[in-house]
Order: sequence, then structure tokens, then C-alpha cells
Amino acid sequence: MSAIAINPVYRVVRFYEAPIGKKAIMALTGVVLFGYVVAHLVGNLQIYGDPQQINKYAALLHNPATSGLLWGARIALLLAVVMHIVASIQLWKLKNDARPVAYVKKDDAAATYASRTMMWSGPIVAAFVIFHVLHLTVGAVVPLQEIAPNEPNVRANVIAGFSNPAISAFYILAIALLCIHLYHGLWSMFQSLGFSHPRYTPKLKKGAAIFAILIAIGNCSIPVAVMVGLVK
Amino acid sequence: MKIILHIWRQRNCKDKGKMTRYEVPNVNQEMSFLEMLDVLNEDLILKNEEPVAFDHDCREGICGTCGCMVNGMAHGPLPGTTLCQLHMRHFKEGDELYLEPWRAAAFPVVKDLVVDRSAFDRIIAAGGYISVATGSAPDGNAVLVPKENAECSMDAAACIGCGACVAMCPNASAALFTGAKIAHLGLLPQGQPERDQRAIAMVAQARQELFGSCTNIGECEAVCPKEIKLEVIARMNGDFIRASLTGR
Ligand code: HEM
Ligand code: FES
Repeated sequence: MSAIAINPVYRVVRFYEAPIGKKAIMALTGVVLFGYVVAHLVGNLQIYGDPQQINKYAALLHNPATSGLLWGARIALLLAVVMHIVASIQLWKLKNDARPVAYVKKDDAAATYASRTMMWSGPIVAAFVIFHVLHLTVGAVVPLQEIAPNEPNVRANVIAGFSNPAISAFYILAIALLCIHLYHGLWSMFQSLGFSHPRYTPKLKKGAAIFAILIAIGNCSIPVAVMVGLVK
Repeated sequence: MKIILHIWRQRNCKDKGKMTRYEVPNVNQEMSFLEMLDVLNEDLILKNEEPVAFDHDCREGICGTCGCMVNGMAHGPLPGTTLCQLHMRHFKEGDELYLEPWRAAAFPVVKDLVVDRSAFDRIIAAGGYISVATGSAPDGNAVLVPKENAECSMDAAACIGCGACVAMCPNASAALFTGAKIAHLGLLPQGQPERDQRAIAMVAQARQELFGSCTNIGECEAVCPKEIKLEVIARMNGDFIRASLTGR
């Protein structure tokens, strides 16, 4: 090991080659995606405001004057999703190489359900995200209504969508899986980035669970509210 | 009491291997797990069969040589205990136990329950050392160590390199082992000069040995006979990331 300066490209390659580097990328992109989930929920919950509230918010996001911002955010999110998925697949491949012969009998000592199923909850949530965009952004599943150009009638579209029990059921399932993914992911990212402390980590795990559940309740409440007729 | 064993029998690294059933009819509660295997082996030798090969040395839980999976748990069902310190009083009449070697690409089976753990030695060789001035003995307490650091470092240094963490990890990751070694040295003033290089080199070596990637599941911590904490993995992650970002 010499202390010869290494070039910046090789430095990045060496970082990403290491599983820890990939995990750090997963954690950082996970933070971005989590931030999006929270912001998205805040937007969605406005459906409980007065009937104009959520459409006004949608018009604000679609304001042509700031369409650069909207596209910037979309591209950043897409990049984050792609990096998150690519790293997870690379690490998952590593896992298969690392234990070619399985145990005849294997027990779990401490693994949570969420931690063992990240490679299931993640891809299903990703598939849901694609469906969700096709459904409520593109309008490829059911035709969407607009109040004016660039002013989607979000309230009407959401109510129309969730009046279909199959669509509501898929949303609720996907959100339950997102909840499971975040249950493990929200504390795991601290560990991946190097933070662990006997005083804070147990609290972080609890906080992650509470956050994941709150996010699930908030999101699931909307299809449920539409189906029982609370939001008309 | 009678114990029924299903043991992985594999003649050598090329043999395919298979589970074989044995009965040990007269197991004494006071026996250690390895003594129970000794009794089985005496019996096999009398019958002119090949005894079961298993690793062991100190038999007092300090060397890290012993270990196998017992019903899918590394070192058996008792937490914080090596296989040699597990006693038969924790089992009951008629128990069926599946004994398998540590499974990992980096730990090829040598014979039966014995695996080759030299991958761990190569991780150590990559960075698990410090540079010291040799020659005359240094003065006692010439290098001051904060009490908390000394304690945490000692906790990490308790790692005996048995490999249970790798064996139990669903990813066959060596993160707990590598993290323990990096934390053990990196927490002390004597470990500072090589701290950055150590993190980079040991992490790279673990990858090269085909160990998997940690997903923060915690199986390793749960079965570690020395109860090393996941905290050492976070420390390794932090050291690696910092070294990658700030190294010159
Ligand atoms: C195809 C899609 C996805 C896959 C395959 C996937 C897979 C994974 C995997 C394997 C982990 C690592 C868990 C661990 O090692 O502890 C992880 C972590 C994480 N995921 Fe995902 N995920 C996906 C989508 C998402 C989405 C949509 C979000 C957020 C809304 C998300 C948020 C997180 C967070 C916050 C972490 C923690 C990062 C860390 O452990 O360092 N993931 N994901
Ligand atoms: S034989 Fe030494 S630790 Fe078990």
C-alpha cells in the first residue's frame, strides 16, 4: 500500500466497486426517494381539504413558468430510482455468488421479515410506481379529466380511479409493501452511512417503524376514503 | 439420553457430500457438544467407519477453531457461546440435530464439518496490523487511550475469527468480522496511521474473497459467540466512506 495519489476516476471506481460504496449509494438514493414519498403524501392529503384545494396544488406544480423545476425533480427522482435499483441488483448477484451451496436446514436468529424481503418489496413497489404514473399522470389506464390545459382535475381523477376496487386494492398492497421496505430501509441507511450508537440506534429503529406505518396509513386512507364515500 | 444426528459427510473438497444419519444412544448431560461428537467418533472407529472430521482446539471458547451449524444456527441454539462451550444439557432426549459446515464460497469445505477459513487470514493480512517502532520496550502509558475507546476496542478485539457471522449471514458477508478488526485497531491511537488504508484494503480484500454484501439484517450479531455488535459494521462503513472521500 503506497500513498501514491490516485486519479479521481479510479477513486470513484474503487468506491463503487466495494459493496460498502454501493450501499452508500443505495442509502443516499433511498433518502431522496423517501423525501419524495413524504412530499408526495403531503400533496395527496390535501384531498381532505376543501374541494378546490388539491387541484390548486396540482396547478401550482404544473405552472408552465416553473416547468423546469418540475422536470428537474422528475429527472433527479428517475436517476435516484435507477441508481438504487442497479446497486441493489449488483449486490444481490454478489449474494448468490457468496453462498453457492445452500444449507439443508437454516434458521433465523434475528432477521426481521422486512429485512429479508427487501428484494421483493422493492421491485413490487417499483412496478407499482410505473403503474401509478401511467394511471394518474399519463392517463393510460383510465382517461384523465382536465380543468384547463396543464390543470388536471386531480380530485375527479383520484375519485374515479379509486372507485374501481381492483385499482384501490393494488394501491393498498403496494403501499403496504412500501411500508415494509421503509421499515427496514429507514434505519438501515444510517448504518450503511456509518452511523450507529447504542443510545440512538434502538430509537432510530422504532422511529423508522413508526414513520413507515404513518406513511402507510396516510396513503392507504385515500383509496379507503373514496371507497366508503368520505371523499366524493 | 439419545440424540439423533444428521451430519454433513464429505470426504474431501472435490467430493459431492451428503447428509448421513447417526444415533448417539448414551449422551451424558454434562458432555460438551464436541465431547458428544467424540463419543460418536469412538463408536464409528470401533465399527471401522470414518470418524466425523470437525475443527477444535482450545475447547474453552477462546480460540475460534470450532463451529458448525446446528439446526440452522451457527454454534447451536445458545447465544454468546461457541460450539465447544455448548453443553448437552441444553438438549433433550430424542432431539434431531442437523450438523452442517459453514457455507460460503470463501470457506470451501475441507472435509465433513471442517472448512478452510484462510480467507479471513488474507483479510487480516490486507490491513489488520499497525506499525510500531521496535527496539527497546516503550514506557508504560506513554500513549494515552480514552477509557471509552479502550473498552470499545476491547469489545471488538474479542472476535476470535470463528466465521459464525459469515455462516449465519443470509448474504455470507464477512462484515462483522472485518468491521470488528477495523474497529479494534481504528479505535486506538496506535491504529491511526494506517486507519484509512486499512479500511480500503480490508474491505477490498473481503470483496475479492467473494464474501457477500451486508444488508443490516443482524443474524451475525445474534450468533456471535463473543457478542460483537453491529456497531462495528457501521464504523467500518463510516471509515471506508470517509477514507474514500478524503484520502489523498
Ligand atoms: C426496484 C425497486 C427497488 C429495489 C429493488 C429496492 C431494493 C432495496 C434493497 C435491496 C435495499 C437494501 C436493504 C439493505 O441492504 O439493508 C434497499 C434499501 C432502501 N430502499 Fe429500496 N428498493 C427499491 C425501491 C425503493 C423505493 C421506491 C424506495 C422509496 C420510496 C426505496 C427506499 C429505500 C431506502 C430508504 C433504503 C435504505 C438504504 C440502505 O439500506 O442503506 N427503495 N432497497
Ligand atoms: S475449540 Fe476453541 S473456541 Fe471452540
